Amino acid sequence: MQDMEKFQLKPKSRFREYLGEKIIMVSAFTALIGVLLIFVFIFKEAVPIFTDPEIQEEASLDKMVFKQQYYEGRDPKFSWQPNSEVPKYSLFPLFIGTIKAAMVAMLFAVPLGIGAAIYSSEFASRRVREIIKPVIELLAAIPSVVLGFFALIILATFLQNVLGLTFRLNTLNAGIALGLAAIPIIFTVAEDAMTSVPQSLREASTALGANAWQVSFMTVFPAALPGISAGVVLGFGRAVGETMIVLMASGNAAIISTSIFDSGRTFSATIAAELGEVVFGSAHYSVLFFLGTLLFVFTFAINLGGDMVLVRLKQKLQGKT
Amino acid sequence: MKKLIFPAVLMLMLGSVGILVAGSTITIKGSDTLVRLGQRWAEEYMKRNEDAVIQVSGGGSGTGIAALLNGATDICEASRDMKEKEYKKAEQLGIKPYRVSVALDGIAVFLNEKNPINEFSFAQLKGMYTGAITNWKEVGGNDARIILYGRENNSGTYAFFKKKVLNKEDYSDYTQTLPGTAAVVNAVSKDVNGIGYGGIAWAKGVKYAAVRKLDNDPAIKPSPETVSNGSYPISRDLYWFFNGEPTGRLKKLVNWALSKEGQKIAEDIDYVPLPEERAKAQMLK
Repeated sequence: MQDMEKFQLKPKSRFREYLGEKIIMVSAFTALIGVLLIFVFIFKEAVPIFTDPEIQEEASLDKMVFKQQYYEGRDPKFSWQPNSEVPKYSLFPLFIGTIKAAMVAMLFAVPLGIGAAIYSSEFASRRVREIIKPVIELLAAIPSVVLGFFALIILATFLQNVLGLTFRLNTLNAGIALGLAAIPIIFTVAEDAMTSVPQSLREASTALGANAWQVSFMTVFPAALPGISAGVVLGFGRAVGETMIVLMASGNAAIISTSIFDSGRTFSATIAAELGEVVFGSAHYSVLFFLGTLLFVFTFAINLGGDMVLVRLKQKLQGKT
Repeated sequence: MKKLIFPAVLMLMLGSVGILVAGSTITIKGSDTLVRLGQRWAEEYMKRNEDAVIQVSGGGSGTGIAALLNGATDICEASRDMKEKEYKKAEQLGIKPYRVSVALDGIAVFLNEKNPINEFSFAQLKGMYTGAITNWKEVGGNDARIILYGRENNSGTYAFFKKKVLNKEDYSDYTQTLPGTAAVVNAVSKDVNGIGYGGIAWAKGVKYAAVRKLDNDPAIKPSPETVSNGSYPISRDLYWFFNGEPTGRLKKLVNWALSKEGQKIAEDIDYVPLPEERAKAQMLK
């Protein structure tokens, strides 16, 4: 302790404090600059789609969005076949695959995650809660490749046997595994939101004659709704961006089908599978970076949208109380 | 201060070792199909030549070719020939690709062990994989949907199968693509109605279909013998690419890989060796 006091009195220490503050500041801005630079560089690689006529001939925005007639005498269609004699770059099948997988994941993870959060924060005894919470949060620590492997080997066989499915690897299979990855995010955020609802609200409701059930669903749940929706949005972001699970478990067939029992190919899996060997600077290369840009913008918009909803809900709730 | 000295010295030492080694290292990079063979050859070669240092890494044929074009590797391993685009790019960059076949590889068609079918013609395989044939009934099997498994479109195996069997036509959109041959084998072994393809060295727990090129040809099962003598129709060369005709230590290495000793090592770890005359003809003087 004495050493410390001496230390602080030295005029040198001012400079050290100054330096320390700047270092912390730099680390705070590193993330910000990192995100910005990543976006700029990814987009830069996608730019030839809009500028290079040679690449546009293969993959213009028009060709990626609308139905194309690839062969004479055949119907125009959406198709993702980048390594074909006639390369086809429709984004529509990939878009459907992405949304389908994320939707299944949400249908599976939202009720489970929020249900678990309500139980853990409102009904569980302290002892039970101390078991449930860390175990669910441990789910987040399972590497996604392990979840994918589980879905590929075990879950797929189970689902096929139980439901009698034609396709062993399908969106339902991938969606459930994705849901497992999203549950801990939804649970953690929702649970935190509910436990941070002031005790006074619960007491007031109880005083007015509400039972435990009514307190939880009529008072605590609405008050924590902004936090809960934030959890759902973050979980959705994870489900859209997650790569390894869908790559292993979804079958990756780029088809246009709304059935969750069919296979599906997502944006993220496409990038992961194809970027490794693509010819540098080719149309395929640019398209993959364009996919990356879209994915980035998409998740960014989801998070931003979620944030705005959150702020508005908060204001509304504050106005009420 | 003392705490800093040790890491600093360590870094210096590591750095100097790096520089010493870098001068004589041969780097090999490319195809995941070939990486196991490359590593084995490197080990054995280094045992026999103490001054040689060889680093082998995978990443795929395309990755290896890109590295060769960028001058980032001495030898590129590839399970396919370079594409026209890549040859053009090489010319622009002043690289003169020199190709040597170092081993052979057969692509097997996998079926579930419970599938009653045992053989296909090219026409049937093409029909199934392009989506014209969708039911096993149409090729003499059960009344059930054919579930197609394949490799990702970045794989040399994907490109080779497409060129050789599908006649460059597109795979059916319903083809489920999986990362790696092991995943394809696993999927087919668990799916009674599944069909897949991949290198023959990898197959465990599924059966190989015999394949005939034309409808009147005899159907041949893939095996090291039938690939080596050319009777199995879906087989290919595995290549090493150099920048210009190899000289010095690279020449010594490639001649050793093509020698009886080198080819025997390939055979020992389930690759198909080149027929002796072919290996000899490619040796550099």
